[in-house]
Amino acid sequence: MPGASSPAAAQGYRSAPAPLDVVLRVNGAEHRLALDARTTLLDALREHLHLTGSKKGCGLGQCGACTVLMDGKRVKSCLNLAALVEGREITTIEGLAQGDQLHPLQAAFIERDAFQCGYCTSGQIMAGVACINEGHANSPEEIREWMSGNLCRCGAYDHIVAAIRDAAAVTGSTRGG
Amino acid sequence: MNIAVIGQPISRVDGRAKVTGRATYAAEFSAPGQAHGVIVRSTVPKGRIGSIDSTKAEATPGVIAVLTHLNAPKLPYRPHKGFTDPDIGERLHVLQDDRINHQGQPIGLVIAETLEQAVHAANLVDVTYAAEPAIVDVGRVDPVRPTMQKTDQGERRSPETRRGDAQDALAAAEVRIDRTYVIPRENHNPIEMHATIAAWNGDQLTLWDKSQWVSNVAEEIASVFGIPAENVQVISPFVGGAFGSGLRTWPHVTLAALGAQVAGRPVKVMLSRREMYYGTGYRPHTVQRVALGAARDGRLTATIQDAYQETSAYEEYSEALTNATRFLHSCPNVYTRHRIAPMNVHTPTYMRAPGEVSNIFALESAMDELAAALEMDPVELRLRNEPERDEFKNLPFSSRSTRECYRAAAERFGWSRRTPEPGSMRDDRLLIGWGMATATYPMNFAPAAAMARLLPDGTAEVMSAASDMGPGTWTSMTQVAADALGLPMERVKFTLGDSRFPKTPPHGGSMTMASVGSAVQAACLKVRDEALARGGANDLAEAMQRVGQPLEASANVKPGGAGKRFSMHAFGAVFAEVAVDPDLGETRVRRIVGAYGAGRIVNPKTTRSQCIGGMIGGIGMALMEHAVVDPRNGRVPNGNLAEYAVPVHADAPPVMDVILVEEEDPHVNPLGVKGVGEIAMVGVAPAITNAIYHATGKRIRELPVTPDKLL
Repeated sequence: MPGASSPAAAQGYRSAPAPLDVVLRVNGAEHRLALDARTTLLDALREHLHLTGSKKGCGLGQCGACTVLMDGKRVKSCLNLAALVEGREITTIEGLAQGDQLHPLQAAFIERDAFQCGYCTSGQIMAGVACINEGHANSPEEIREWMSGNLCRCGAYDHIVAAIRDAAAVTGSTRGG
Repeated sequence: MNIAVIGQPISRVDGRAKVTGRATYAAEFSAPGQAHGVIVRSTVPKGRIGSIDSTKAEATPGVIAVLTHLNAPKLPYRPHKGFTDPDIGERLHVLQDDRINHQGQPIGLVIAETLEQAVHAANLVDVTYAAEPAIVDVGRVDPVRPTMQKTDQGERRSPETRRGDAQDALAAAEVRIDRTYVIPRENHNPIEMHATIAAWNGDQLTLWDKSQWVSNVAEEIASVFGIPAENVQVISPFVGGAFGSGLRTWPHVTLAALGAQVAGRPVKVMLSRREMYYGTGYRPHTVQRVALGAARDGRLTATIQDAYQETSAYEEYSEALTNATRFLHSCPNVYTRHRIAPMNVHTPTYMRAPGEVSNIFALESAMDELAAALEMDPVELRLRNEPERDEFKNLPFSSRSTRECYRAAAERFGWSRRTPEPGSMRDDRLLIGWGMATATYPMNFAPAAAMARLLPDGTAEVMSAASDMGPGTWTSMTQVAADALGLPMERVKFTLGDSRFPKTPPHGGSMTMASVGSAVQAACLKVRDEALARGGANDLAEAMQRVGQPLEASANVKPGGAGKRFSMHAFGAVFAEVAVDPDLGETRVRRIVGAYGAGRIVNPKTTRSQCIGGMIGGIGMALMEHAVVDPRNGRVPNGNLAEYAVPVHADAPPVMDVILVEEEDPHVNPLGVKGVGEIAMVGVAPAITNAIYHATGKRIRELPVTPDKLL
């Protein structure tokens, strides 16, 4: 409920949680941060590293806009505390292109017009890259099923699936689990 | 130079920014030293704040200030009404007194160094209420006559209209149907949550805001704080979806500015997903009775639509719920009535195709029921009632491509293979249904301005205070400008989303292309003419080289008299195939084919995206979307994206076909465009529910059609 007070929260209101020293590995670079223990990976990226390509659409793991790769696997960065992902290799949308050379899925998104507002796009692309790597991009039906954790309110699904098909054809996709 | 850029399927000019994460949305700007604001909200729908104690919150580490009505500065709240604000009533004033007008109303703002600290401290504000009995259950309200009804064009019109005598004609009709259709409250739910960063510099205020109308945000906030509008700059280059939720300037924008003023440093407020159900509007719950009378040959003799919608007790939001009924089909006797049900809720607002999408669900469902009663093909019924002119306004249509839309969509769909009896088409154990509906949305064109600047190097900069919530304004305006200037697109830089740029109407009502596009075209033609004249050359690049200094031209466009001579709307037809599982009651949409006559299409690539997006929106409306309102307290228990179901990838039909029929309309506006953003959603829900009837023989008149309703 909005504005409801939480007894658990009320108990510790006076204590100042000491900031934690956290080292995050993001897009191949190490970042030393002093973070509130409650900071999610998503907020660490957006508020502390100013990597705002990962989007906040719910903070509840429901929309997928915050999807990043962690050690190559897709995760929702809003559901991970930053302090608990130390040492993991995080890849965000900002780390996907090689310099000016877009990742094939990024290029396919532009070509297929696989977005409108662009807000879910980072998450769709990161999830799409993982979907291809997992071998789950063998048919439109399979892509639709394995991409259903990423909401697009503009309704660009048809074009997103086409873009993932295109990129899978370029990067190679094998049937997997 | 003659470069055909209008009508070409050009990829978005902002595409690279969006796929690399470099497009910057409201909450992603970074004002130096910005703090975080989190709103404390009421937990009762009506009454007064008995006590509010922020001691614990203030003692929490990192907290800079806690604002409540007890300590917040009194704000001037000078009168202001934008086009998108309800004419009747007054906006909510925040933190000015102890009154509670709706569940989830802002009653405090906690400002802290970090987001985590602000969220935590907001939970520590202790509030007691003197609650009062509240009306939050739309089923228990007697609807009343609104003061007036606003049409899409913003005209005030009687909420009751009559042509002929519909009651008598209905009583005398050879065939009649008389049914009531219900659509529950729906939320826009853009994936980007609303956010505002406010930064003061003396009496100058900068707002980075999620908005569909930056100039109105500046004017609204200026009125609230009693400062000149030119002191407020609103910046909003990218909008992560909005669908209408960004048309008004909601209380959180004021709170961000107020917080920044008190804290003496910039403050960022980003709503949580849950808060999006308590303060940024929604499509109102509607109840519509539609009665149709017809002769045996299918000709309509009577049409009655008696509709009402929820609104708040403090503002009279009224949408165009009965407009289309008056002209869509030919009928000599038509009665429409529009009423409102005021409740202790926050004010609903425009949501994609406001009015029309609800209106057409009821009307086109009723038409399908009539077709079934007449044992007539649903397309044939509509063709028999195709009007020669707008019978309500008694004006010719500037263009109307319904026949071509029915023909093209039916052919692509394979409609002729449909067997009419419900339950007669199957795929193994699944029940297959084919349904269709007509779509329409008005052509809106409102005054707009743009500025164009030519530089000596032969490039151009064009700007307008427009928005792009996704349709592709950045791209389409660059195309229009390049076309008017006769320059390649890469030499033209169009910029939007800044209130310091020339003013535009709201980015809604499918009017951006018509309005801003016409202004961009006019400004570019003007500056080009001036350059060629002053440079004494036929080639623009050569002329600008000779001029040797920048040239600027501004243009204001406004509708001419076409609206008095013509009835101007886009029209379309939507066909859908569903498969219903008879054991599980689950409906899957397998195919949607939509054909639209929407004037000139500037960019077929982005237009197709708008159209399939509207279809997905319509699938949500038909099968999933429902903001459940707790009848005891006005809370929305499913106020999140897991429980307020929206279509996901797996819900998208394998076949989505968009047909843009050729339509030249010289009357509507200089560009000849009608806009497609809204019509793309109109007609989708009834096409689906009509298909469900065809599959199952069950007529579901209350959306969404969830499995329980089919078992």
